[in-house]
Amino acid sequence: MDSGHLITIQHLKKHFAMGAGKFTALNGIDLTFDKGEFTGIIGPSGSGKTTLLNIIGSLDVPSEGKAIVMGKSVGDLGAREAAMLRKTKLGFIFQSYNLLQVHTVYENVEFPLLLLGIDAATRKQMVKDALEWVGLTDKTSSRPAQLSGGECQRVAIARAMVKKPEIVLADEPTANLDAANSHHILQTMEKLNHEFRTTFIFATHDEKVIGYIRRKIFLEDGKVAKDELITKS
Amino acid sequence: MLMAFKLALRNLIGAGLRTWLNVIVLSFAFVVIIWHKGILDGWDRQARTDMISWEAGGGQYWQQNYDPYDPFTISDSHAPVTGTLQNMVGHGTLTPILITQGTIYPSGRMLSVLIKGIDPAQKILAIPSAMLDTASGDIPAIIGTSMAASSKLKTGDHVTLRWRDRNGAFDATEIRIAGIFKTNVPTVDGSQIWLPLSKLQQMMLMPGEATILVCKQRNESFPAAAGWKVKDLDFLLADMNNIIKSKTAGGMVLWGILMMLALLAIFDTQVLAIFRRQKEIGMYVAMGMTRRQVVALFTTEGAMHAVLATLLGAVYGIPLLALQAIRGISFPVSGSDYGISMAERLYPHYGIRLIIMTILIVMIATTIVSYWPARKIARMKPTDALRGKIQ
Repeated sequence: MDSGHLITIQHLKKHFAMGAGKFTALNGIDLTFDKGEFTGIIGPSGSGKTTLLNIIGSLDVPSEGKAIVMGKSVGDLGAREAAMLRKTKLGFIFQSYNLLQVHTVYENVEFPLLLLGIDAATRKQMVKDALEWVGLTDKTSSRPAQLSGGECQRVAIARAMVKKPEIVLADEPTANLDAANSHHILQTMEKLNHEFRTTFIFATHDEKVIGYIRRKIFLEDGKVAKDELITKS
Repeated sequence: MLMAFKLALRNLIGAGLRTWLNVIVLSFAFVVIIWHKGILDGWDRQARTDMISWEAGGGQYWQQNYDPYDPFTISDSHAPVTGTLQNMVGHGTLTPILITQGTIYPSGRMLSVLIKGIDPAQKILAIPSAMLDTASGDIPAIIGTSMAASSKLKTGDHVTLRWRDRNGAFDATEIRIAGIFKTNVPTVDGSQIWLPLSKLQQMMLMPGEATILVCKQRNESFPAAAGWKVKDLDFLLADMNNIIKSKTAGGMVLWGILMMLALLAIFDTQVLAIFRRQKEIGMYVAMGMTRRQVVALFTTEGAMHAVLATLLGAVYGIPLLALQAIRGISFPVSGSDYGISMAERLYPHYGIRLIIMTILIVMIATTIVSYWPARKIARMKPTDALRGKIQ
């Protein structure tokens, strides 16, 4: 089972019921991801980017084939095991931030640590560190409604990174941001990728994101159309 | 569970006005339920206490023929008070009452009455028999306010009383209304006049005889006496207990309506939350919460409304209800005008059992109505929830 890769995708297919028939979102994907990658899954809407990310994130299961994440086959995981994988090893960043609106910035970032049962003193230090990474130490008591879109996404990054996960899955993280904020966000994620060797996988069709990533996987109609490594000088 | 509690508390406090509206409605239901039940309990206690102090005493001995529901038994329901009973009367632990039927003629009208003879010196019943202890030559009588109203008799009025003695011979005399007493117990008031016992015994040619004997204290074991039947408090208060039971059943209807209203607010909030907070639910799952934990979180949130409502209800409910329990609630129209045994001032009784039971029931019910919609979460696909696609 352990291929030495962080993530191994083998002959992955995903079908969705659509009326009497079915829609194939992923149609035979074979990919591997290694530790420390900063990879973008690129493609137009409906190409299967989010579906692939959801399966890697154990939020969904393959219809056929395998998705092995850190040695665990996503399709074979029970609900509790899948939750454990997400809780301990994965971080998520969503297009619409998905922050808890009634919680403060501090509480939003603290949330994954509460799930891990980390003690209060350690939690406090970890949240402080995470907010420093994203430059939001002055906003700890603010609520999401009081923040700009860029700040909200930085909170989401801090929330995803606070537990120092192995993999961060970011679904269109810059789609709701202007250019300046997008660059700021991407620079932050790039810095964290370098610092902690956290694997970042983006689903995106944003040119600004594409400019930062070091591996581009192009999806078309549920298939890998191109997989290229970018060598930066 | 601790995590669910922490998160639920944060969510509730963070939700601000939405939470407080529900909590206020629920706390209002709490206080009104306890208040309403307290009034009924207070009323019951008062009626029971009054019944004991005005009529039943600690139990009674009935002459074996006596049946208050059969007027034909009354003329034969008398016997001399002798032996043990006589000793108890001497010690002041029993007071004899002689009962017979008669007729009065106030203002030219004719009214059938029950004539009751009572010892003016007795201290067992609350009936103000001392008013019968008069040195004047005429026959003193006391009546209740209800009787005074129906007969239009006032203190100092004279009225003709006719009765039949033990031989069946009719006799009549003038009696004087020596006093009018107010009682919440209609069974010692309506159509009744109270005379000094010795005078009535003399009128009836029944010296030393009585129809019933009222005990001072509630006894576990009444000494047996030939020709007399023991009637304990359970028997004497049976009718009242039945009324209380039927009143309790009626009260349950109002209780149920109040509960329904309060729980509907919680249920509504929870159902709305499932749809409005889909992305949040998806996020919880993405962060690593199991579905069971999410259901527990939402159920805890709902149940915590009841906890906050209890605290809020205590803040304004305790002083309010305590004030009423101390000062009582006055009724503008006397209940006795409608034939109901009701004091002009009613003192609610809030027992600890009532309060604990109400809190427990509301909390359990709130938890159930919170869990119900939360179960829907267990069927959500996290990917659909994250996109807010659940219908």
